[in-house]
Amino acid sequence: MAEPKKTCELFDCGHRACGGCGAALAARLVTQAAGTNTIVVNSTGCMEVFSTPYPETAWKVPWIHSLFENAAAVASGIDAALKKQGRNEKIVIMAGDGATFDIGMICISGAFERGHDFTYICYDNEAYMNTGIQRSGATPYDASTTTSPAGKCSFGNKRPKKDMPAILAAHGAPYVATASVAYPADLKQKVEKAINTPGPCYVQVHAPCCTGWGFEGEQTIAIAKLALETGLWVNFEMVDGKVSKVRKVVRKPVEEYLKTQKRFRHLFKPSRQDAEIAAIQAIADRNAEKYGIDIKLKKE
Amino acid sequence: MALAVGCRARPGKSRDNKTGSWRVFKPAFDNEKCSKCGMCQTLCPEGCVHENTDGFFEPDYTYCKGCGICAEECPKEAITMKQEEK
Repeated sequence: MAEPKKTCELFDCGHRACGGCGAALAARLVTQAAGTNTIVVNSTGCMEVFSTPYPETAWKVPWIHSLFENAAAVASGIDAALKKQGRNEKIVIMAGDGATFDIGMICISGAFERGHDFTYICYDNEAYMNTGIQRSGATPYDASTTTSPAGKCSFGNKRPKKDMPAILAAHGAPYVATASVAYPADLKQKVEKAINTPGPCYVQVHAPCCTGWGFEGEQTIAIAKLALETGLWVNFEMVDGKVSKVRKVVRKPVEEYLKTQKRFRHLFKPSRQDAEIAAIQAIADRNAEKYGIDIKLKKE
Repeated sequence: MALAVGCRARPGKSRDNKTGSWRVFKPAFDNEKCSKCGMCQTLCPEGCVHENTDGFFEPDYTYCKGCGICAEECPKEAITMKQEEK
């Protein structure tokens, strides 16, 4: 049998992510798109922990980690230093949704307002997975987490997901996009476009977490696809604050997505919660209307 | 263990960590059914699936965690997961 080719991955084997990790796949795809002329800034989070337990590292590009909240500030400093030295490396920030939506907000806002040249990638697994599944600003409505547990008095997280792309578009970011690990070619294209656009760009990547959401590792891609097909996640591009491209779908009822995950199990067991499912369907309907994702089938 | 300056580590040193030992189910690749689309390579979170000189794909069992994404997403159903006896 022929020998397999040796790896040329920039995010290498041997990292300690769970089998079927969406974020690890996102890191692989992002580094493939970004190439070797890249400096990665990683905030604290699952990705930082599983990829670099000292003295090991899965990264083969220059990589720096400082704190949870200041990835954008570190990137700003690197950008200023590179400009002063006349160098042309691209800066890519990899941060989780906790570091982006909650803790890093001040530094992100500052860096986007100052207009530094970097690409901010948020791998969105919709909670603080590394510390044991606590809710974040990205956790969807009614998801059960350890700090928003579902039970007799609650259906889980009471607040809808924060609209982070809109917040950063409002900062005047030239390129803002959302992508999903289920569509790797689209993801890589968006990352390349963000890197080649001068100024602060933002790509939010939907990265299902088998441990935190409660599903088998092999379902990662199927679940990411279902999120798009039900309208609970929308893949779009915003250039200079205007939505320029949207992935259209023939929508399925949200139930099909909710049923696949343990974090939504309380909506079906012990009894079906029709009112709550209708509320989630309403979120999907609003998304569909806002971005115009519905494919209108021709009547025969 | 002494820390290196800046806690730095050699690029890709995580290969010391042989994650293949985590595996419960092992993917078996059937080249008869394979259409060489490369979906298994693209979607592997480990990046451990490689193309061989015949254009077929093979996982590196030293690192494959046996998550089963390749088997689930293979359009030709050429990959099957089998429980591994150790």
